[in-house]
Amino acid sequence: MNPEIIHSLKELLPQIQGYIYPNEIEIHWGLLIVVYPYITGVVAGAFILASLVKVFNVKEVQPLYRLSLLTALAYLLVAPMALVAHLGHAERFYEILLTPQTSSAMAMFGFVYAWYLMAVLLLEIWFVHRTDMIDMAEQSKGATRLLYRALSLFSKDKGERAVTFDHKALKVITIVGIPSAFLLHGYVGFIFGSIKANPWWSSVLIPIVFLFSAIVSGIALVVLLYMIITPLTGGKISMRCVDKAVDFLFYAVIVDFSLEMVDFIHRVYQSEEEIKILSEMVMKKLFGSLIIVQVLLGMLVPLLLISLTKIFRKRFGLNEDLRKMVYFISVILIQFGIFATRWNVVIGGQMFSKSFRGLTMYKMEFGGIEGLLFAILLLALPIIILAVLMKILPPWKEIHGEGVSEGVEVAGS
Amino acid sequence: MNGRRSFLRGFFAVLLSGGAIEGVLKLFPSKAHAKETARTGKWYGYGVSVDKCIGCARCMDACKNENNVPREPFFVRTWVERYITRKNGQTTVKAIAPGDEAAPEAASDKTILRSFFVPKLCNQCADPPCVQVCPVGATFQTEDGVVLVNEKTCIGCRYCIQACPYGARYLHPVTHTADKCTFCYHRISQGQLPACVEVCPTQSRIFGDLNAAASPMSRFLRMNKIHTLKPGLNTEPKVFYANLDGEVR
Amino acid sequence: MGKLFERFPDPLARLIVVVLAMAALGAFAYFVLIPKSVKDVEMQWADAIKREKARPIKYAGFHVCEECHGEIHNKKKTGYHKDLSCETCHGPAKAHAENPDKTKPVIPTARTFCPQCHAFNPSRPRGFPQINPVAHNPLKPCSSCHNPHDPKPPTTPKECSACHGEIARMKAVSHHVQLECTVCHQAPQQHKVSPRSVKPTKPQAREFCGKCHGKDATDKLAKNAPKVDLGEHGEKYVCWQCHYPHSPEVEQ
Repeated sequence: MNPEIIHSLKELLPQIQGYIYPNEIEIHWGLLIVVYPYITGVVAGAFILASLVKVFNVKEVQPLYRLSLLTALAYLLVAPMALVAHLGHAERFYEILLTPQTSSAMAMFGFVYAWYLMAVLLLEIWFVHRTDMIDMAEQSKGATRLLYRALSLFSKDKGERAVTFDHKALKVITIVGIPSAFLLHGYVGFIFGSIKANPWWSSVLIPIVFLFSAIVSGIALVVLLYMIITPLTGGKISMRCVDKAVDFLFYAVIVDFSLEMVDFIHRVYQSEEEIKILSEMVMKKLFGSLIIVQVLLGMLVPLLLISLTKIFRKRFGLNEDLRKMVYFISVILIQFGIFATRWNVVIGGQMFSKSFRGLTMYKMEFGGIEGLLFAILLLALPIIILAVLMKILPPWKEIHGEGVSEGVEVAGS
Repeated sequence: MNGRRSFLRGFFAVLLSGGAIEGVLKLFPSKAHAKETARTGKWYGYGVSVDKCIGCARCMDACKNENNVPREPFFVRTWVERYITRKNGQTTVKAIAPGDEAAPEAASDKTILRSFFVPKLCNQCADPPCVQVCPVGATFQTEDGVVLVNEKTCIGCRYCIQACPYGARYLHPVTHTADKCTFCYHRISQGQLPACVEVCPTQSRIFGDLNAAASPMSRFLRMNKIHTLKPGLNTEPKVFYANLDGEVR
Repeated sequence: MGKLFERFPDPLARLIVVVLAMAALGAFAYFVLIPKSVKDVEMQWADAIKREKARPIKYAGFHVCEECHGEIHNKKKTGYHKDLSCETCHGPAKAHAENPDKTKPVIPTARTFCPQCHAFNPSRPRGFPQINPVAHNPLKPCSSCHNPHDPKPPTTPKECSACHGEIARMKAVSHHVQLECTVCHQAPQQHKVSPRSVKPTKPQAREFCGKCHGKDATDKLAKNAPKVDLGEHGEKYVCWQCHYPHSPEVEQ
């Protein structure tokens, strides 16, 4: 018997308001399950940003292409860590691959994840970097040379046939990749949205809302990383690129906000049985994280700020630094907002009783595997992995705007 | 122009195939549960007479004894709720505990309109949402209609606990696997009653084979107006309530 | 291998090799290396069912005690406690049934034991015998007056309140406090023996309440009772369709 579990549950007893089923006192999906959709959201969003370049030929955001792909990979590698760490029996995680139940969204998600990782993201990154890896192999010695040879699958062919195939393959992969990215994060939304027992989660809109908030967080994060990394590595931020990316971010935030407003209005208007306990929960337990952080700071303030840069185009057009600061603040606020969105969905869904008569509380630990410390580590880990990836597959030429990278579609091909 | 056309083609291809795959997944539900009522052999069900329950909580005690459920109040396989509806229309609910003080009111409370006890347990649904969502097939439905958890393969993801609309499941603090009422499967397979039914002093709890011709269960289903919990969720519970008040969730 | 590289462009050929190698490795791992018990879910279910069935039993069941404790069983068979299992009060007794001398079940004697069922609680159903554990023969053990296996009260209760505690307590703080139960209800003696089959009578007509509450009531008890014109008051309903006789509510 773990005395810590009992102790922390005992502390929750006086915090219960109303009536909850006795088993509901323990909140089962905690901080790790909040971190997880945030991370996969960034993956989907970063990939959508990359596909803006490849499929929709938005040339202005070219500098972000390789960065978004590598960001997506870094975050995708960390995502399953959050899930496996949360399991009661992490050592049995392989069972989900050996005896998956086809009716379980969680089981099928394992395969969606594997498909996306192998068939989309890794392939795309490989094709983008293949010729670069050949070059780097030639220029290095010893272990590094072996690394690049292995990564390029010992390819040495830079001839026209191979390179043309690279371009064609990239096209196809990105086209397949967009719905795959939708599937990856939409599936996470579906895992929540398909639980009919929980009226906070059970909604047709949840996969869509998850997806659009994912796109918002992904684009915002890549812009944030670009704005930090470029000056740090001696480059100059291309305002043309950032302006365009923030444009897309702006539209995505509008769509995301509208969807969440639609969900809210729909619930309040229909006024089903659960509306009483849900509104009590929002006003009492989620006021700070939902009204203040998610809506106000995470969506309305960035919307306002970015609209201001659009309205006062002349004034802001002159002062680049002011625009940069506005963008910088906005993308940071958006990160907090989207994280709060995940928090409100996951934790919010467990804070009210399924008897609709009571509320409980989530007590966040500091240490331990479900604790704040580990969550911060998991959120920092993708940045570290990204740094390693950028060392191996440097995106500097593209980020600093010199030359044309492999990913660009040459007119007429 | 070419790019956009081929994108749209590819997009719809994946969408249709993805949608088809998802649709197929629901058409071939996991082997874990048999949706058809077993026509031969046993198909266990349970009956609760709400107006016979005296709220003594001996059932809760017996269950914890029989099944080695942790003694703390945070983990229950069965529990009893006490409902009080007052004249102003407010209903309050409380879960009782075996050691509870006998009701503090010695005289009658004039503001009470209706008051009663409701025993609750796993409904052993015929279409269990918990079985539907288990990713590894650790929870499954037996041929005689009991939903069990295989504690050797459960990975402790807690999806089933989220999916249960009745709050019947908990994560066992020692084995770190999901756990819940099993109708005392080890007892009923030897022809005995579940522990809670065994010790109930007023026969408020009834257990039996829904397929049997003459049994306390079949009489219960004939003589009472029968209700189940949250019927709108279509889980087809096999715990049937007689004289269930509309306030009960 | 060479042909592969001729037919397909270099990167595609290499990928095909990698994919085929991974597929082969995966197939080998799945079909050869991994044991059946890990990948066959139906086998796992069969094992789980076996394990579940083998769990130890703690409660022996109501049939078992009769074998050795026949007289107690016969005594209990006809009394008010006939629906109780022995283990309801004596706790799990399987160990005792298998080895009677080694372990003995508990014999509860504390005054806190019986009130777990019999203390007054307004949520308990009508007609269930309830007492106030503080006021009811304080300090005496319950078994000194009631044999637990045939818990007839030592004297047949004259008061209806022994079983109808809720109603008695409600009436005691109401306007009808001075009315005995027998004023309105006639209970045959058999009702105390088979309460659910032989029921007391209930008034049938408005005129019954009119004996005290009608405009021309002459009953001694009716001196201060509120009076109504039976012909006009209450449309077509009988009195108790609106007023609860055990605690009659009156609109101010």
